[in-house]
Amino acid sequence: MATKPTIDLTSVLANAVRGLRLSERVGALPNVASKRTRALKGRVKGAKAVVSLCPYCAVGCSTLAYVSDEGKLLDVEGNPDSPVSGGHLCPKGSAIFGMTVNEARWTTAKYRAPFATEWEEKPLDWVLDRIAERFKKTREETFVRNLPNGKRVNHTLGIASLGGATFGIEENYLLQKLMKTCGVVSVENQARI
Amino acid sequence: MPGLGTSFGRGGATTYVQDLQNADCILIEGSNFAECHPVAFRFVMKAKERGAKIIHVDPRFTRTSAVADIYAPIRSGTDIVFLGALISWMIEKERYFKEYVTAFTNAAYLVSEAFGDTEDLDGLFSGFNDVSGTYDTGSWHFEMEEVPRSDGNGTCSQPKRDETLQHPRCVINVVRRHFSRYTPELVEDVCGTPREAFLEIANALADNSGRERTTAFAYAVGWTQHTIGVQYIRTAAILQMLLGNMGRPGGGIMALRGHANIQGATDIPTLYDLLPGYLPMPSTLREEQTLEGYLHHAAKPTGWWTNTPKYIVSLLKAYYGEAATPENDFAFEYLPHISGDHSTLPTQIAMKDGAVKGYFVIGQNPAASGLNAELARAAMERLEWMVVVDAYETETAAFWRREGANPSEIGTELFFLPSAVVLEKEGSMVNTNRMLQWHDKAIEPAGQARSDLYLFHQLGLRLKALYADSTDPKDRGIHALTWEYTSDDPHERSLGEPSALKVLQEINGYVVVPGKPRDECPQVAGFADLKADGSTACGAWIYSGVAPDKTTNRARNRKGDEIASLDWGFAWPANRRMLYNRASADPDGKPWSERKKYLWWNEEAGKWDGPDVPDFPVNKAPHTAAKAGASGLDAHSGSDPFIMQADGRAHLFVTGALKDGPLPTHYEPLESVVRNPVYKQQSSPTLREWDRDDNPYNAPESPDYPYVLTTYRLTEHSGIMTRYVPWLAELQPALFAEIDPELAVEKHVRNGDWVTISTKLGEIEARALVSGRMRPLRLGKGRRLHQIGIPYNYGSLGHATGDAVGDLVALAMDPNVSIHEAKTISCTIRAGRRDTFGRSAADRDVPADQRTIQGESHPHGRDGGAA
Ligand code: SF4
Repeated sequence: MATKPTIDLTSVLANAVRGLRLSERVGALPNVASKRTRALKGRVKGAKAVVSLCPYCAVGCSTLAYVSDEGKLLDVEGNPDSPVSGGHLCPKGSAIFGMTVNEARWTTAKYRAPFATEWEEKPLDWVLDRIAERFKKTREETFVRNLPNGKRVNHTLGIASLGGATFGIEENYLLQKLMKTCGVVSVENQARI
Repeated sequence: MPGLGTSFGRGGATTYVQDLQNADCILIEGSNFAECHPVAFRFVMKAKERGAKIIHVDPRFTRTSAVADIYAPIRSGTDIVFLGALISWMIEKERYFKEYVTAFTNAAYLVSEAFGDTEDLDGLFSGFNDVSGTYDTGSWHFEMEEVPRSDGNGTCSQPKRDETLQHPRCVINVVRRHFSRYTPELVEDVCGTPREAFLEIANALADNSGRERTTAFAYAVGWTQHTIGVQYIRTAAILQMLLGNMGRPGGGIMALRGHANIQGATDIPTLYDLLPGYLPMPSTLREEQTLEGYLHHAAKPTGWWTNTPKYIVSLLKAYYGEAATPENDFAFEYLPHISGDHSTLPTQIAMKDGAVKGYFVIGQNPAASGLNAELARAAMERLEWMVVVDAYETETAAFWRREGANPSEIGTELFFLPSAVVLEKEGSMVNTNRMLQWHDKAIEPAGQARSDLYLFHQLGLRLKALYADSTDPKDRGIHALTWEYTSDDPHERSLGEPSALKVLQEINGYVVVPGKPRDECPQVAGFADLKADGSTACGAWIYSGVAPDKTTNRARNRKGDEIASLDWGFAWPANRRMLYNRASADPDGKPWSERKKYLWWNEEAGKWDGPDVPDFPVNKAPHTAAKAGASGLDAHSGSDPFIMQADGRAHLFVTGALKDGPLPTHYEPLESVVRNPVYKQQSSPTLREWDRDDNPYNAPESPDYPYVLTTYRLTEHSGIMTRYVPWLAELQPALFAEIDPELAVEKHVRNGDWVTISTKLGEIEARALVSGRMRPLRLGKGRRLHQIGIPYNYGSLGHATGDAVGDLVALAMDPNVSIHEAKTISCTIRAGRRDTFGRSAADRDVPADQRTIQGESHPHGRDGGAA
């Protein structure tokens, strides 16, 4: 019975790179990899990359959101094409995934009746209807057409709105267009200066 | 941002972040740039690699200081002394850029004889009314002279000038006198900044400005959140004018704004006193009952604002469509008038006093990040109803079951609307350098969450339905409101999602074709196409050009390059990246130097050339003469780069537009620990305060509150949107207070111990971070001063928790923009935990993050994914 020749790996490697300069030896042989490793592929390989933005600060870093065919968010990375961010993200931007996919998020409409000790879940439409009714009632009660000096004001100080710096310009546009037309003048965000 | 607006014409950063790499020197003050705008900071580092000098002036030694060439400590709240001394030094040593200053600023104008300076009136300008606490700005004017009109029709008046700058009343000499007592010695005494550091900085700025070199300034909320915040920025503006750095590559003033769309929310203002594009809201404080009356104030005879009629009429057409006609003043009457200050702080006080019944809080969290946060929370108890729109439960949504509150006594009806986060919707945000960037929708919103666009649109539809039958004239605006934004995408349409693109197209503006529906009306190409006769509609003139036809969305342009990246996003106005860039060339239209070449006059082609869109009429030759008495830009010469200003120049001296003075003046913060060493007037004479039981102030120089508290933000947190994120909570898990080692020894506090910080208003507890990054300052008369730094990001909810710093800070505000004072207050500190809200001594050992909120134990406590 012929004995299986033993391979002296060290001398094989030594022969393969003999005569090469040190710099040429690097990468001259394929890396050792198991079958399992070879079968692995990158988490976002083949996923759709959607161009988005970091919502945290005003640098405005561009992001790539990797989405699977099923529409699942896989990862969020910096977008190398952006002349502002060049693919970089700071810790906040790097955590957009964790802010988006997060079990602590509130994703249902809720209602808390006066003096109640708990929130109740309610259909979104019900909540929107109820808000519109409350809005109208308060507007009717507090609308001022003319000041005592006779000047027309057409406003209400009974309703106020705070917010704008954290959502888009189209959203700001609709919000202020609606509010101001209804006479709500205390429409504010924190961009005071 | 009136600090920049009154000086140069527009309230926005004057340059773009990439251009910082072209600077020879960068002064960072009022900003911890490296930690608060980390990714933009790479351009500062690029500049440094190219040999630029980086200077950081800040109360704390931070990671920005660590890479700066010069770090100078400063007592929080004294920047006007520091910058004023630089102004004085530049003028006295004649180190300013004289040709630039004479050609492009109002340095040569003569100030009226009636004007009285703070030097003469011990800290007050002329016109102060003791009773009302306001100024009559009538004397803050130039000496005028009559000159013949260019068209030969009589005369017109314009400011008298002395181009030799010799006259004692010419602006440069008024400025010189105003700041003459702001010396390096004063800086040392008042700011605690060593004289050597000051002189090193002064020399670095002067050496790196002029024809061949430029210096950029960067600031953030460290300058804005003061009762004299607008004047801080004015001081920087004056200095940059004197150094000749405006409108030039590697120069300018980089306003580093906080939230992602804070610039956008100013441009399309969710602000009480503005309409889109910096048009003022109609006010009963002026004669503005008709459109004509409004225009009398809002339109200017010369400069860019001659165009106001086109912008307001097009806005009214965008809002009210066919209902806005020439016969009814384009429905001007549908707009409400303001009748006072309806900004956040006065509104909060009014709410606490029961005058506000309904409140929308959208993506903000006044119960944690507001000033006098307990007043904000208590005010919410007095509301009839409140709507919170957010992706997470905020402290605002939870105010009724906060520590110490009894839900069954709180009658506020509450609604929570779950909002989609950025990846779940499309739309655009405006970054710190005025650039609109569109983001695509990546995934469907989680659960019932919807875009804010959907929520506001739905509310509008419901109100329209509720008011459909009304015949009351006050409801006509609601009937007329154009509200048609149906998505072309079948999927989005099936969800009822309005089209953000259609909203953007309305913002851009369109030609009104009589009888045709909106969808068949063509877009306008830019604001130059807008008309005052009702034939165009435009939702925000400054953004016009972003969607010049139905298939182009320039906010979605995504081709960057190595220079101005004109094809990445869209910057207002008209895609100009560097504002006032005409000033990068000398009056003759030649670059000031080859090294700092940006825009130049191309004689052959008869136009301005360069890598950017000219912020100037593109074919207007440098030697074009100004036409006296003409309107619009004809009143400017070919060498007047600041086109928004009535006279085309940068304003060293500002006449009348600011309420607290034509020149910046040092006043101590309201709660200063120091007597004002410069004037008898201690704090700003025009600041607004509410001294009442629920909003008490620490008295100035109070021995009970001997330390300066300065607040800041962490790289890892913004607020509620990060405190629930496990990764970030792990990096910065809880509130801490940074104190210097000397103070720590004095107070028997070791690193990591609990400390309690208190003001007259309230107290909070935090872990002590004893660190050499806080350094005691040496002020005049050998006084040693300790400053305490504390991050302003925390609240009781989320995985990373801590007391709200807003519970220490009473409400007070500046008179120009109603900005609050959050950066500098006085406080005291002691070892150990706080004892408020009636908690028992035993309870004190429960860590803040494990306490329960009233009503039920909080569902997303420490057990989440944080560990
Ligand atoms: S990644 Fe960081 S620096 Fe960039 S926009 Fe987001 S928060 Fe700002």
